[in-house]
Amino acid sequence: MAKSDIIEHKEKHRHIEPENPLGLDSPRAKVVLAGNPNVGKSLIFNYLSGVYVDVSNFPGTTVAITKGSYKEYDVYDTPGIYGVSSFNDEEKVAAEIILEADIIINVVNSLYLERDLFLTLQLIEMGKKVSVILNFADELKKRNIKINAKRLSDILGVEVINTSAVSKAGFEQLDYAIENARMGKQNEDLHKVLHNFLNRVGSQAEALLVAEGDEYISRKHGVEPGSADDREYIYIDRRNRVNEIVSFVEVEDTSKGRFFNLFGRLAVNPITGIPILLVLLSVIFFLIGDVVSQRIVNFTENTIGKRYFEYYTKLLVAEYASTDITVNLLDDKENVEESKTFRIPDGFSTAVEMKNDFRKISRLPNAETEYHFHNPFVRLFFGEFGVITMTITYLLFLLLPLVISFYIAMAMLEDSGYLPRLATMLDRTLNRIGLNGRAVIPILLGFGCVTMATITTRLLTTDKEKSIANAILQFTIPCSAQLAVISVLLSGAGFKPLFIYVAVIFTVMISISTFMNKVLKGAATPLLIDLPIMRMPKLDNLFKKTFFRTYGFMKEAYVWFFVGALLIGVLEITGLLFVFQDLLAPVTTAWLKLPKEAANAFVMGMVRRDFGAAGLFAIELTTMQITVAIITITLFVPCIASFMVMLKERGIKEGLIVWFSAWILAFFVGGLTAQIII
Amino acid sequence: MHDADIKRHAPTLVPGTSLDKAVKGTYFIIADIPHGLHKVQLIRLGISIGDKIICLQRLPGGTIIIQKNRQEIAIGYHLAREIKIQYI
Ligand SMILES: Nc1nc2c(ncn2[C@@H]2O[C@H](COP(=O)(O)OP(=O)(O)OP(=O)(O)O)[C@@H](O)[C@H]2O)c(=O)[nH]1
Ligand SMILES: [Mg+2]
Repeated sequence: MAKSDIIEHKEKHRHIEPENPLGLDSPRAKVVLAGNPNVGKSLIFNYLSGVYVDVSNFPGTTVAITKGSYKEYDVYDTPGIYGVSSFNDEEKVAAEIILEADIIINVVNSLYLERDLFLTLQLIEMGKKVSVILNFADELKKRNIKINAKRLSDILGVEVINTSAVSKAGFEQLDYAIENARMGKQNEDLHKVLHNFLNRVGSQAEALLVAEGDEYISRKHGVEPGSADDREYIYIDRRNRVNEIVSFVEVEDTSKGRFFNLFGRLAVNPITGIPILLVLLSVIFFLIGDVVSQRIVNFTENTIGKRYFEYYTKLLVAEYASTDITVNLLDDKENVEESKTFRIPDGFSTAVEMKNDFRKISRLPNAETEYHFHNPFVRLFFGEFGVITMTITYLLFLLLPLVISFYIAMAMLEDSGYLPRLATMLDRTLNRIGLNGRAVIPILLGFGCVTMATITTRLLTTDKEKSIANAILQFTIPCSAQLAVISVLLSGAGFKPLFIYVAVIFTVMISISTFMNKVLKGAATPLLIDLPIMRMPKLDNLFKKTFFRTYGFMKEAYVWFFVGALLIGVLEITGLLFVFQDLLAPVTTAWLKLPKEAANAFVMGMVRRDFGAAGLFAIELTTMQITVAIITITLFVPCIASFMVMLKERGIKEGLIVWFSAWILAFFVGGLTAQIII
Repeated sequence: MHDADIKRHAPTLVPGTSLDKAVKGTYFIIADIPHGLHKVQLIRLGISIGDKIICLQRLPGGTIIIQKNRQEIAIGYHLAREIKIQYI
C-alpha cells in the first residue's frame, strides 16, 4: 500500500454499524464466539446456550454456525479461523457472522498466544466490540507460563479474562466480558487508510477486509479489492505487532517450550506410526468385532429381543389374530428334530389348552418359532419383516449397542489429538490421489456417520479435493450402523471374508480417487495443519458426545427403518416385491450369485444402507455370499440423509452423478467379486 | 517492504536450503516464503520471514513438522519445498 493511498481522516463517519438498543421489540444482540480452531469455542458455547455441539481435539470440528440463546443475547458458535478472510468455505461462513456481530467474544488458546492474537488484532481493527478470553489457563499453569492479562488488556484496549473451559474455571466472568465488550485501540495508520474505503462499503469491518484484498466482500460492494501486496503488507505489519505484544505480556519460566509429547511424535512417523495405527485398529476391531458384536449383541438381540420382546409381542397378537404357529425343535447341528404346528383360526383366546401347550414347548432352549399370521395387516406389523417387530429388534437390540461402541471409539480418536497426526503421516500417500492429509479427517469421521462427515469436507480447500473426498465417503465408507450389521454378519466367519471385503473396498476407493484425480483439474493443496497437544480423552465429553450422537442416530434411523419396513411390507403384500425380485433376478442370481430374495436388501438399501444390510439377516447365505452381499451393499447408494446433504454441499449435478454411479459400481464390483470367489 | 522485513532481523547466515530438506532437530531461520496465499496463511499461523524455528520431524516423502515457540505445525512437501531456510 503506497503512502499516497492514505487519505485524510474525515471526521464524519460511523465507526460501528448502527446498533439497536436492547429495547423490547428490537432484535436481540448477537454475541459471536470467534477464535482460532481448537481453542474451546464450542465448549464455551455449550456452557452459555445449553445447546449441544461437538467438541473434539482437532482443528476444524465446527464447520457451520450454530445459534443458541443466553440471557438477552443470541449466541453463535462459529468455525475456527486463523484470520477473517474468505480463503475457504469455513472462513466465509465465519466471516459473514463476524461482520454481523454486535459483540465478539474472542476465544484465545493461551498456549499459542502468538498465533491467536493475529485474529484478535484483526477483530479490533475491524472496529468490532470485542472481549478476549484467555482459555487453556490450566495448561499454562502446568507449563509455568504466565500471561499478564492486565497488561494485555491495556495494550489492546479491551477486556481480557482467564478461563479454563474444561473445568469451567473463570466462567463466572463471562457475563462481565460480554457486557463490557468494546472497541479496542485502533492502529492509527491503518485506521486512516480504512476511511478511504469506508464511504463505499459502509462499515469499518468490511473496509478492512476490502483493504486486505478480500474478493468476496469486495464483489459484494462492487469495489476493487486491495492488491495481494497490500494484504501482505497489512499482515506482516500485524504479525510484527503481535510478536511485540507477546514479548510484553508473556513470561515463560522454563526455557523456550519444547513439549515432550512422546506419543504424538511416535504417531506421526510412519516407522512407529503405522504399527500404532495397526494396533489401534486391531484393538477397536477386537472390542467391537468380538466383544460387542458377539457377546453383547448376542445377549441383547437373542435374549432380550427375540426371547422376550418379540416372543411376548407376538404371543399377545396371537391371542386374537388368526395364526398358524410352527415350533421346531433343533438338535446340536441345527437340524430340525421335531416339529409341531398350532393352528389357531380365532387366536389363543379361544384355545387356552393349546396356548399352555405352546408356551411349554416354545420355551425349550432349542425351540425355534415361526408365526404365519393370516391377516396381511397383522403380518405387515408383526410378521417377519414386521414394521414394529423388526424395527425395534434391529434398532434397539442389534444396532444400538454396536453403534454406541463405534461412537465411543470415534470419540476417543477425536478427543486424543491423534487425527491431525494421522493426517500428517498419511499426507504423502494421499497426495497421490489428489488430496492432502487433512482429508483423512472427514474420511475417518465417515466411519461414524457419512452424513456428518460429508459436511466436514468443508475443511478441505479446493472443489477438487471436496469432490474426491465426497466420492470416497459416499461410495466406499460404511458408516457405523452399517459396520455394525457387517460385523455381526461376519463375526465368527474367520479372517478370509473380512480380508476380501476390506481388500475390495479399498481397491475401489483407490480406483475412484485415482480416476477423479486424473479427470478433475488442479493439484492437491499442500498440507498446513497445526497439531494440538495429545492427551487422554475426557470421560465426560466422551459420554456426552456418544449420547448425543446416538440419540441423533436413533431419532433419524427409526423413522427410516419404520418407513422402510412399511415399504417392504406393502411391496410384499401387494406382490410387487416378487415382481421386483424376478426383475432383478438375472442380476441377483446369475451375476451376484445370491438368492433371489437378496433383492429385498437392495430395496431396503435405497432407504438406508444399514437397513439394507440388515435385510440380509433374513436370508440363508453362505459365507462367500455374505461377503459379496456386503460388498455390494457397502458400495450401494448412500442413505437418504447423506444424499440430501451431498446435494446441498456438492450441488445437484454432482450429487446425482454419484447416486446413479453407485448403482452401477455396486453391482459391477459386487458381481465381479462373486464371479471370482463363489 | 519485504527487504525491510528481512533486514530487521539481519541474521548472519550460512548458505540455505529449502524447508523440505531441513534436518530433524536443527534450528533454522525462515529466509523466504514465496508471495501468495500460502504466505499469508503462514503469517496468520505465526510463521514469517526471519522467524527462528526447529524442525521436529522430517517424514519420508518430505512432509515436515516444525515447532515455532510451543506450536507444532505440519507442512506438506509441496509447500515446504517453496520455503527457503537458513541454518543458524
Ligand atoms: N486443557 C484444556 N483443554 C481445553 C480447554 N478448552 C477446550 N479444551 C479442549 O480443546 C479441544 C477443542 O475444544 P472445542 O470446544 O471443540 O474447540 P473449538 O474452538 O470449538 O474448535 P473448532 O470447532 O475446531 O474451531 C477439546 O478437546 C477441549 O476439551 C481448556 O481450557 N483447557
Ligand atoms: Mg467448535
